[in-house]
Amino acid sequence: MSEIPLTSSVSKGCFVFKSASKKRKRHVGVGGYLVDDSDENGSDRFRICQKLWETVQTNTEVIQDQLNKKVLDSLAEFIKKHGLGCSSDVWRQRGRETPTAALMLGVNVPDHAMTFRSLCNLLQDSVTPFVVSVHAKECAAVKLLIQKVLEQLMGRGVSVDEEQEDDTALLQRTQCTISALCQWYKTVTKKCTQVFPQRTESLTNSDLPQSLPVVVIFKDFEAFNSQVLQDFILICRWDLCSEMCYSSIKFLPFIFIFGIATSPSAIQHRLPHSVSSLLCIEVFHSLSCTQHLASVFDKLILNSQFPFKLSSRVIQVLVGIFLYHDFSVQNFVKGLQFSMLEHFKSQPLSMLCCQKQEALLSAKTLSKKNVERIRHLPSFMRYVETQEPQEQVRLLTNDEHVKEVCQKLLKNLHKYHKNYYPILQCLHSLTSSLPKFPLGKHIRELHVSCIEKNLWETEEYDSALQLLRILAKDELVVALRKCAEILKSTKILQNVLQQLEDFIGRLEALEGVSSEDSSGNGILSGKMEYQKTDLFQLQKTLLEKESRRTKRMNPFEVLRSQVIEFIDSLVREYLTPAELQPLNEVCYYSSSGVLRQRLNVTPRTSIQAALSHPFYYLQNESLKTDAGTISSAAPDLCIVYKLHLECGRLINLYDWLEAFLTVMSAAEDQDTNSEECGKYDSLKHARFIQAVSEMEFLGFIKSTKQKTDHVARLTWGGC
Amino acid sequence: MSHQKSFQYADLLSVLERVVDIMSAPDQYSYPSVFIYGHRATGKSHVVLSIMKDLELPHASVDCVECVSSGLLFHQVLSAFFGPDAAALLPRCPSLSDFVRLYKQMSSNSPATQTRYIILDRAERMRDMDFSLLPALLRLQELVNDNVTVILLSEIVWEKFRPNTGCFEPLLFHFPDYSKGKSLVQILSWDHHPSYTPELYASYINILLGVFFSVCRDLRELRHLAVLNFSKFCEPLEKGEAKESDIHKLWKNIEPHLQRAMQTVYLREVSSVQWEQQQMDEKEATTLRVLSAHAHIELPYYSKFLLIAAYLASFNPARTDRRFFLKSHGKIRKTNFLKKHEKTSNHLLGPKPFPLDRLMAIFYSVVDSRVAPTASVFSQISSLVTLQLLSQVGHDDQLDSPKYKCSVSLDFILAISRCVCVCVRLLDLLALSLVIQSQVVRQERSLFTAVSNLHLL
Repeated sequence: MSEIPLTSSVSKGCFVFKSASKKRKRHVGVGGYLVDDSDENGSDRFRICQKLWETVQTNTEVIQDQLNKKVLDSLAEFIKKHGLGCSSDVWRQRGRETPTAALMLGVNVPDHAMTFRSLCNLLQDSVTPFVVSVHAKECAAVKLLIQKVLEQLMGRGVSVDEEQEDDTALLQRTQCTISALCQWYKTVTKKCTQVFPQRTESLTNSDLPQSLPVVVIFKDFEAFNSQVLQDFILICRWDLCSEMCYSSIKFLPFIFIFGIATSPSAIQHRLPHSVSSLLCIEVFHSLSCTQHLASVFDKLILNSQFPFKLSSRVIQVLVGIFLYHDFSVQNFVKGLQFSMLEHFKSQPLSMLCCQKQEALLSAKTLSKKNVERIRHLPSFMRYVETQEPQEQVRLLTNDEHVKEVCQKLLKNLHKYHKNYYPILQCLHSLTSSLPKFPLGKHIRELHVSCIEKNLWETEEYDSALQLLRILAKDELVVALRKCAEILKSTKILQNVLQQLEDFIGRLEALEGVSSEDSSGNGILSGKMEYQKTDLFQLQKTLLEKESRRTKRMNPFEVLRSQVIEFIDSLVREYLTPAELQPLNEVCYYSSSGVLRQRLNVTPRTSIQAALSHPFYYLQNESLKTDAGTISSAAPDLCIVYKLHLECGRLINLYDWLEAFLTVMSAAEDQDTNSEECGKYDSLKHARFIQAVSEMEFLGFIKSTKQKTDHVARLTWGGC
Repeated sequence: MSHQKSFQYADLLSVLERVVDIMSAPDQYSYPSVFIYGHRATGKSHVVLSIMKDLELPHASVDCVECVSSGLLFHQVLSAFFGPDAAALLPRCPSLSDFVRLYKQMSSNSPATQTRYIILDRAERMRDMDFSLLPALLRLQELVNDNVTVILLSEIVWEKFRPNTGCFEPLLFHFPDYSKGKSLVQILSWDHHPSYTPELYASYINILLGVFFSVCRDLRELRHLAVLNFSKFCEPLEKGEAKESDIHKLWKNIEPHLQRAMQTVYLREVSSVQWEQQQMDEKEATTLRVLSAHAHIELPYYSKFLLIAAYLASFNPARTDRRFFLKSHGKIRKTNFLKKHEKTSNHLLGPKPFPLDRLMAIFYSVVDSRVAPTASVFSQISSLVTLQLLSQVGHDDQLDSPKYKCSVSLDFILAISRCVCVCVRLLDLLALSLVIQSQVVRQERSLFTAVSNLHLL
């Protein structure tokens, strides 16, 4: 009260005072939070995590750029063709169609931002400086849309040539109209041709008048109000009235890009014929999100260079969110980031989760605590059990020895990963062409089943091998060739490659032999026809022949079964589950439950949990109750909630209040006389009303006019 | 209406005469307001603006679509009559009285020697603006005491404008449609190709009109189509396969082509550039993928089920839910299972709104696995709304159980359920609920084809 600032005003009223700038608490860097006494290498882990995250980011950006390159280039080509090539004469001849690109992006809306960003950059670099992108939610009316376009265009013009300070002031004064934009465009293009004469020449080889197009990108076409779109297109068509516009006052070479999430027919659904006849629409398809995910998966998860790994369950959760809920690669990468943060935070040994050299170095300098942690790792314990008793003792007592063993195990782990991925790819390329895809269509499915359990024990693997055993020769050769290609590109597992090529060579050399064999069969059957037909004899010979055929395989079949044996041995050797590898906990993040809880949230369940089991969140001992009973110690809201669960669709407020009071009075001493118990004091009444209104706020009930003094339940269930 | 049918060029001339009559005495006060109406591309703005230009009358022409606020309109009018300086005097959000005051002030400085004209194109948009604007503009002459006439151009009749009683009745002019016989052919023949005779072009136009006149009378669209297809028409001539006199041969060549154009480029299924390109490399016979051909949409798994559930909720009466989605539904007597009014196809009646609860209930019974009510399931509903596959009905509070409608077609849903259906039960459900409607759907389809056949004839 003492610090009321004085005003010069004599009247009473509300005054705004800016508080004297308080000294902000000095911002503690992120590292500051990690320096904890109990956690000596937190900052190291944070550093590693940051580094990994940076590689993830750059990788995803590179992938996106690569995948989008084709469609973006064709878009830029389209705009060049319409913008630069055509002089106004051609346009006049053609009629009044505005060139429009319908860019199909798929329903994964969160991913679009990145595409549009790179599109904007590409267009600004290579085609035209006048690129505007608008969002539906900022353009609820035509006025706002035009304003947005003008702001972005003219603002950019100012930033291009710096001597135009008064331009911004002009914008405020001039009306937000397209004709104002035309004026501005004229002056700017004139200036552009003066400033960059050499650029103009390079852009247009002929002597056509330079006309840089104005590109307007509608980022989310479906969300736009269709009336707004119609009006804007009508305004932007360049011959407003046939005669007047030929004087080219209004000539502005607009080009639209519609970012469409669903299908091109959305344009026809949104725009009437009179408007869509003003557009000259071409469709461009961007890549599908599943393809995008597959390449991200290849780059980040099926890659031995990337030390951080996900366990099978975690992959299933992330891919499940992708396939079932949003199709968004961006969200998938976010999920990966979250699991990375979670891993490096919760697992102190994750400091070993980095490149090989670095990991070996930090394994050498493990602290005493961390050595102890290693000893407690389940995979390490399993490893210890397999050793000699003497070795076991040393491992459990000698820290230095543990460090050495740890280095060796880390090396093994890295080697395991190095061998794992090429073999996985080989197996995938072999099985992905089989009918019905016994081991999954995508490599991620195969990966999940490999790291989860012993693949060779599953039925699917058996059926896949069965199918491989009946492959024709040329198919088998092609498939093996593919495997050899994969192994060649990785430059490891040279002996496997050698054996594979050996098999291929032998298969090809088989050409003559198999044909000879079949001709031999033919002769045999030819002979049979001369014999006297005796049914019994015939049956006998046929059976004999059949049995002989199954017994004696031709050389190709022998070789084929050898190949399959070889592949099987490879799978058994290299595709062992990751969980069996000692020290896998260092690299693998496996708490899928946490991930699911965080990424796929169920707000209603948590509200219900909070209301029915307040102990779960409040952690107050007095709140612990048996199921089914209503404790009076619980917050009012919880009591009211539990009581309302017992009601039907309509709740009588008075009965509810009565029940509430009963529960409340149960808490007080039982000896208070019944007379007082029946009467309620205003405090309890107020508490009840407050709790009921909170229930309404949370969306469990609403007031109804069907019955007086009743409220309606909005949830199902109850009795 | 008889004049519309037997419209001749002379009719247009008589209209023109009357219009010019009004404008012929510029030094006298003119009629305060004129209302000109007629279909699109019947030459309203063209006629008015060329008269203005030829007679060099002072005028301000404003497109009402562009005027997002009435202030913009005032601004344009003032700057056209008195220069931009005068318009700059308008306050930030000018009211009608500001405009009138400023106009009076300006016109007292420079009184009109000729009638000033304010031409408002697409005047139907004025109805959405300030409600007093239209009546005031109709008697602007009285208000500002100046020789000014407001000309309103519109595609709809004056009866739809009349604001309330006591408003000034403008002078009405009707621009009739061009008749097929003479005027359209005449007008379209004006832009004939220099390297061919006008007679040839006229016969081409006749063929073109024979195909397109039943669906399109828009002069600009017809001109556009004429330009697009002329090169194809001339192809036999250039190859030397036909002479200019072989009209029948040329007709045989171009007729199927024009039919195809009507189904594609006229509807903008194929852009005109693509159409031209296709004409260039006809030999490859590449069938262009039309816009509506890519109707398939990839959706996340649960979104598909949500959409199916929404469709079922929209087109099935709520009473039948128990029967369709509950395993142990009670016996329902067949005779009065469906009430009489429900027997008419729901597809004819259109989708009905349904509350969120019902959608979720159907969703849970349709999906074969257990689904937790996660936030992302609910956010998928709202993203379906932004994708316009569902539409939200009413803008009530979210607590008051929001209502939705399904806005996709039967074919779309069938395509989706075909790629989702692992369980036979769902197919059964769809079949069951559609069996009642299928008959009428078939009728609808035949109706549609009949209508489109009519167009072709």
